[in-house]
Order: sequence, then C-alpha cells, then structure tokens
Amino acid sequence: MSQITLRVNGETRTVDVDPSTPLLYVLRNDLGLRGPRFGCGLSQCGTCTVLMNGNPVRSCSRPVSRAQGTEITTLEGLSGDDELHPVQQAWIDEQVPQCGYCQNGQILAAAALLADNPGPTDDEIREGMNRVLCRCMTYYRIQAAVRRAAEVMADGEVER
Amino acid sequence: MSVERAMAAWDGSTSRRDFLRTSGLFVLGFSGAGAAGVSRWGFDGAAGEPAPYPDVDFLQLDSWLVVHEDGTATFYVGKTDGGQGTGTATRQILCDELDVAYDRSELVMGRTDMTVDQGGSGGSDAIERDAMAARRVAAEARRVLLEMAADRLAVPVDALAVSDGVIWVRGDRSRTVGYGELVGGRRFDVALMGANVNATTGLASVKPVQELKLVGQSIPRYDIPGKVDGSLEWAVDVKLPRMVHARNVRPPFAGATVVGVDESSVRDLPGFVGVFTEGNYVAVVCEREEQAIAAAERLAVLWEKPARAPFPASDELFDYMRGTTPVGGGGRASAQVQGDPDVALAGAATVVEAAYDIPFHGHTAIGPAHGLADPSDGQMTIYTNDMKPYSHRTGIAEFVGMSPEQVRVIWMDGPQLYGRTAADDAGFEAAWLANELGRPVRMQWSREEETAWDTKGPAFAIDMKGGLDADGNVVALDYRARIANYAHVGYNQADTVLIAQLMGIRPERPSPGGGRGPDEMYHIPNRRQVTRAVRFPLAFETPLRTGNLRDPNGPQTAFAGESFIDELAAAANADPVELRLRLLRGSGEDDDAHRRARSIAVVEAAAEAYGWDLRPSPRAVGSGRLLTGRGISYAYRARTTVATIAEVEIDRETGRVWVRRMVCGHDCGLVINPDGLESTVQGNLLHGISRTLYEEVRFDGERVTSVDWRTHPTLTHMDTPERIDVVIVNGDPNPDRPDLLPYGAGEPSHRTVPAAIANAIHDATGVRMRRLPLRPERVLAELERMGL
Repeated sequence: MSQITLRVNGETRTVDVDPSTPLLYVLRNDLGLRGPRFGCGLSQCGTCTVLMNGNPVRSCSRPVSRAQGTEITTLEGLSGDDELHPVQQAWIDEQVPQCGYCQNGQILAAAALLADNPGPTDDEIREGMNRVLCRCMTYYRIQAAVRRAAEVMADGEVER
Repeated sequence: MSVERAMAAWDGSTSRRDFLRTSGLFVLGFSGAGAAGVSRWGFDGAAGEPAPYPDVDFLQLDSWLVVHEDGTATFYVGKTDGGQGTGTATRQILCDELDVAYDRSELVMGRTDMTVDQGGSGGSDAIERDAMAARRVAAEARRVLLEMAADRLAVPVDALAVSDGVIWVRGDRSRTVGYGELVGGRRFDVALMGANVNATTGLASVKPVQELKLVGQSIPRYDIPGKVDGSLEWAVDVKLPRMVHARNVRPPFAGATVVGVDESSVRDLPGFVGVFTEGNYVAVVCEREEQAIAAAERLAVLWEKPARAPFPASDELFDYMRGTTPVGGGGRASAQVQGDPDVALAGAATVVEAAYDIPFHGHTAIGPAHGLADPSDGQMTIYTNDMKPYSHRTGIAEFVGMSPEQVRVIWMDGPQLYGRTAADDAGFEAAWLANELGRPVRMQWSREEETAWDTKGPAFAIDMKGGLDADGNVVALDYRARIANYAHVGYNQADTVLIAQLMGIRPERPSPGGGRGPDEMYHIPNRRQVTRAVRFPLAFETPLRTGNLRDPNGPQTAFAGESFIDELAAAANADPVELRLRLLRGSGEDDDAHRRARSIAVVEAAAEAYGWDLRPSPRAVGSGRLLTGRGISYAYRARTTVATIAEVEIDRETGRVWVRRMVCGHDCGLVINPDGLESTVQGNLLHGISRTLYEEVRFDGERVTSVDWRTHPTLTHMDTPERIDVVIVNGDPNPDRPDLLPYGAGEPSHRTVPAAIANAIHDATGVRMRRLPLRPERVLAELERMGL
C-alpha cells in the first residue's frame, strides 16, 4: 500500500492503496463514485470511462499510480453546480438510456468527442462513439442525442 | 425517499411490532443497514419473535398504495424496470385511475418486504398483466375515497366530482375535500378480492379508455435523470460495514472436477479472507475488490478433465444436433398436426425444402453478474438487479436453509437482463458465502464468466418443407426442430443455479424446453410442427446451460418460419408481402384477441410506411459494390402483432451487411407511453440485428471460447441503422372500444428481426442465408458460391 494523491472532479483526494490497483476500484470503492462502472476489465466496452485531462480513459485498465498528476473528471463532475452538461441534457431530451449501465461511458465519450469536434458528421459520430458498447442497444438514440448536443452547444442555448 | 414517506404514514400510536403484525402497512417492516436512499433503522427482533419479512398481503389495499397527508401517493408494485420504462408507464396508469397528478406520485418496485409478489419481470407482461391488477386496486382506492368524501360532505357519491386528488360537490366548488385530508397518513383497511395476485380487484370498475388522461402521453421516464448525472444508486454501488469482496474460480474445462485446492497459494496475499470450496464450486474472498481479483487469478486449483468430451465443438454443432437421437419432446405441445401434411406434400405441384441453423446466444450483460448478501442479525438481505426478486428470495432461502420470512431481496437498477441471467447465480453465491462467513459478501463475476458461464439461449436446427399447388397457393407446411435444451434452467431454482450444479446438486428430472414452432396466423390447411430436444454428454455443470433469453425461442423459430415463407414466395413468384397477406386473409376464422385482424394491420402498415412496391424477390442484382434489398418478417407473440421490414446494404467486397433502415409495424393494443414503447421496440430491433449478424457462443470440445467482446462481438455504433420507424398500429376491429387493453411490448418485435434481414439479403443478392449469425466471412463465401 502507498499514499496516492489524485485530482478528481476538482478536488484533491488521497488514498492508501496498492499503486497497481486499477483506477476504477479506487474511484468506486475508496472515493464512493458511481459514474464509472465495471464492464469488462479489458478496455473493450467503455463502461468504466473517465476523462483524464479531458481525454476519455478506461479506468478499469489504468493503474491508479498512472493517474496521479492528471485532472480526472467522472460523470458526477461533468455538470456544473446548477446545470447539466449539454450532453447530459440531450440524453434526457432524447430519453436515451434504457438500463443505463453503459451510459457513463457513452456520455463522457460524447462530451470528449464534441470538445474535440464541435460539428461532427453522422459518420464522425459513429466512428467517434464506436468503441463504447451498449447491450440495450440505445445507439440510435445516443447518436440523435450527440447531434442534438452539438446543435445546442453551437447555438449556445438549449433547444426545446 | 418513498420509504421515509411511507414511514411517515405510520402514526406512531401503535408499537412498530404491533404495526407489523396488523395488515396494511407492514410494508414498513424492514431492517438492517440498507442501501443509501433507503432508510436504515435496525430491526429489534429477538429470538423467538416472528420473522421480520413476511409476504406482503396482496388482498389488502394498503399493500399497493399509500396516500400521504399532503395528498401525494406512493404505489407499490412487485415488478422491476430494466429500463424499458415500465415504472413510468405503471405510474401513469395508476395516477389516472386514482386521479392523482403524475408528479404527485411515486413508485416502489421489486422489494420483497414492501411490494406484493407479482413475480418480478419477464415475458413483456408488466403492463399487460401486472399493471392491470394494480390499476384495479387504484380504482378501488378512488372508489373508497369518494365514499369517504360523500360521508364528510354529506352528499351522495354521484354528486361528487374528482380531479388530481381533490373531491368536490358538483356545482359547488366551495365544498371540497382532498385525498390527504380523507386518508392521509392512515390505512385504508380495505380488503380486496382475487384468487391470485394477477386477479386482484376491488369493487370498482376501471375507467373507460376515453377518460384516461395520462395514458397515451409520452411522459419522460423518472429514472433517466439519475442515470445521466451519476446520482442513481445501483445494486453495484451498495456498500455495507464489514463487507468483503468475492470472486469465483471456474473449471478451466467444462465438466472438470476439483482434485485439490492449495489455499497456501493465496493465504499471504494482502486482504485475504478465505477460500471456499464445495464440490466443484470454488470462490475466494478478500477485503478489497482488487485483492479478490488477484487472489482468484493466483489460487492454485488442481482440476481433473472429464473422460468424455462435454459437447461437440460449435463448428460441428448442427451436424451433431441432426445426427443424435433426441431425448425428449421438447416440452408441451411439441407435436401439432393439422390436416394431412404428408398427403398434401405428396400431391403438391412444387415442394420446397430448407434447413436453418441458429447457434447458442448469450445474455452477456454489459455489466457482469453481481449480488450483495448481508447476513446481519441472523437474517439475509440481498441487494441485486435480478429481475425476479421474489423467486430470488425463496430460492436463496431454500438453498441456504432459512425460512423465506428471514430473507428479503431489494431490487435495484443494474445492467440489462432480458431473461434468466447470471444475476440469479451471483445472488445465490453471495448468500452462500455470506452465510459461511457471517459477513456481508459482494459477489462480482468477471467478463469471461459472464460471457462463458451465463445461461444461453438454446441452439436450434430446423428443417422446413412446404408444398405449393399449381396456382402457387401454399397447401402444406412441415416444421421439424431440434433444440439443444435438455436441462433448461429456470429462475432462481435451488437445484439448478450454477453453484448448486457445481456442488453436485441435481434437479429430480431435467426440464427440456421450447416446444412451439413459429407464432403466426397463416391459413395453411395442412401443417405439422414437431420439436425434439437433444442433449450433450454433459448436461449439468456446463457453460452451455440453457435458460430464457429475451423472447425465448422466438427469434430462432421465426427465423426459420419467416425465411421459409419467403422461400415459398420466391418459388411461387409472389411478392413476400402479398403472399403473407393472402395467407393471413385466407381464413374467415378469428380468435378472441382479434389477432388475425391485427396481423393484417401491421403487415399493411409496415409496407405502407416503408413504401413497399409489389414484386417478387430477388430483385435484379446490381453491378455496383453495394447491393441493396428489402425483406419483411411478421409474427405475433401472445396478443401483440408485429411486422418488420429491413433494408440492407451488402458490401460485395467484404461481405459486410448493414441494416440501413428498419420499419416496424406494431400493434400492442392500448399504448400507455408512446415514446417509451418506441424506445423499447428500438432496443429489441437492434438487439435482434446483433443476434442476427454477430452473436454466436463459440466452443471447442472442452470449453466455451467466447469469453469477451472480441470473441463474442456485439452490435456497435457503426452498425446502427440510419433510420428506424416504429409505426404504432391499432388494428382492433373496434379501435375505439372503451375497454381496449394494453398487450405486451418489447419481445414481440425482437423475434421478427433475423428473418427480415435474411430475406433482405436474399432480395439483394438471390443468396439465401440459413445459418446465423450472418457474419461477413459467411456472407462473402455465399456470394462467391453464387458467382457474385
């Protein structure tokens, strides 16, 4: 065990864990976060996604020691104090989730995609989101929600 | 939150124990350190006291709903919502009947100590069956409230009007009384009637459809915001004091037996708590989750391979299934004969034959199975996403030797289930380990376990034969299926869950499943449906355990049935839609659900919405790289009818099939929440595409080799259709009937997908794909064989 200091959702947190522990278990079991969830442990599905310095990272396969010195954002930290991130709002407006277990990864992947490419084409949405899996198969609504979020972010206002 | 509110309904004038003993709000009698968001009072039960978690009495109105002093209502149903919006839809129905505004209500689902046993979820019948029982109770509550108001206001009941929880004297809005004033915080103490929970009713009639205001509206789902902002607490999130983490160690070969377990290989690992072995069941427990994962990888177990191969390799599966001697009839109604199919086939002008193969499919939830068991105070509490919490409770009680009254199951959100999944198995394992250890145990399966060891939807080998007369009419249809479903695993059975099987426990007799052929309303005078089960050498402790997977057997049987109707259409040079309508209209007979009329309606609606032009398939094969075609498939399930059209694009260079567009004509009677229905149907269609194009459980002669998302691919964003139209149809002969009922939705659409895609590929190419999944290499091989 050793002391590891992390920056998570704008706060500094210190934990006493084996440095090889996957970041996922530290976030969930030591810091009590619910956004990132276990899906495969193999970096294949994206359910455990967090943003590290704004980039989507699969926390199931990232040792906690290699998360030090980065700004980690989980689903809980994506929204501001009073309002949801436009991607989250679009997810509600399009009524995207079914079971919702994978949506952490879908939402964070979409937020990262739109930060990188504010006006993606349909093909770019498909390609950009492709490595995040959903077994309820909500892909159709996810893609609609990404398009909606892109429009809202471009307009700078929420469309109703 | 609802629990606190329900607790507030208890006025404190009786001791809690007396309160628990009386009927009514004993729904409050729960104990222990619960999940956050659920109250946390300790139960002060002493030895010899009545067990704390009695069954909730469905014959008491108070078991189903509580009206609070502020006039808000809490409903309690014995169902779970896997994300198809059945919770929201149920609230809409109940608010309409009770006359309470939607946002002044809440719903508690699937807690065995608080909600009546409605079996949990399954069969797409949450709205069709269970919400209708709750609806009649809500109507009864409204009736009782009106009687109370009549007393209070000293007028006859029929002089009263009611809206949104307020009752007033017609013509005099100054004389009003609210639901909260009438009964808030108190029990109704009204007995209900009914031979079983599904028949529960009071004296009141439900409202005619025309008076329902919330029903029919696309009210946004209440569970979505918490799933989007990370605030929802899931079953995987629950943490309890002294909780430890468990992982299983599975046999490396199917049917392998434990010779020895060397605990010293892990004893010195940090956080080690214990190794638990009984028979061929092996698990490790550690203080921390990552420690349990490491210990499960490190534990030295000596396994002995079985003398005989447990099953054929998946490449030889269908030859094996057709060549072996069947063991059983495959359940009830396994052979159905109408007319004389042999004579009709012998006299037919044209006879068509085809064989269809459908592999094992897995549930492979996005989050592997898990369960948390808390053995505190000599009781057992299970936190799970199992969609059947009631049988989870009774099955676990039996397995660990407790009375059901000592066990409660708290259902919480979790990864998708869609049938008899390993959530059952993980909960039993957690409970058994918790019982051994005396500490709360969280069991979490790995991705490999989830994919390899979850129950499977059975493989089918189906042989079809059909006869046409000289005019192209279908005169005979012969369906013969073999199904690899010898020892079908039921829900939460103490003698078939995986841990029981590995411990050497066996059911008294295996339960072969899957007896029926395709569900359609075609008028074909001579037909036969025969299903026979086949078995493998290893029937138990096998990763090829079969259990219900979304629409059990429906996609498999409809793939054969609806592909073959297209083969007959091609042989008759008929348009596939025209032939189906001809077969549906061929008989004047109807059934009580008007299924035939509604079958015709969905086929017509799908064809119209798609813009289907009448012509036989296949079309002239194009010369470009991308070939396009369209295909239709129709089915019913219970009382719901569906017709789905798929438009595909096939890359002749790579063999990749993309379903570019789907149109689904769907009649499930009364629609409660159109957007929720559309979302559910979309999910079922896409899951159907995934099973059709990609999914197959692969195995060699020793073990399942599909162990992750690379070896068991699933539909991705890239494969998603460009456009999906769900056309909601009401084909009832009397569409405005005031007693129109909702029928099940979800699974009915799922079964139409495989044949719609295969028929579209045939339309585009003339190639008939008869073996699922339709992966690119298989499509390419067929295209090459046809010289395309």
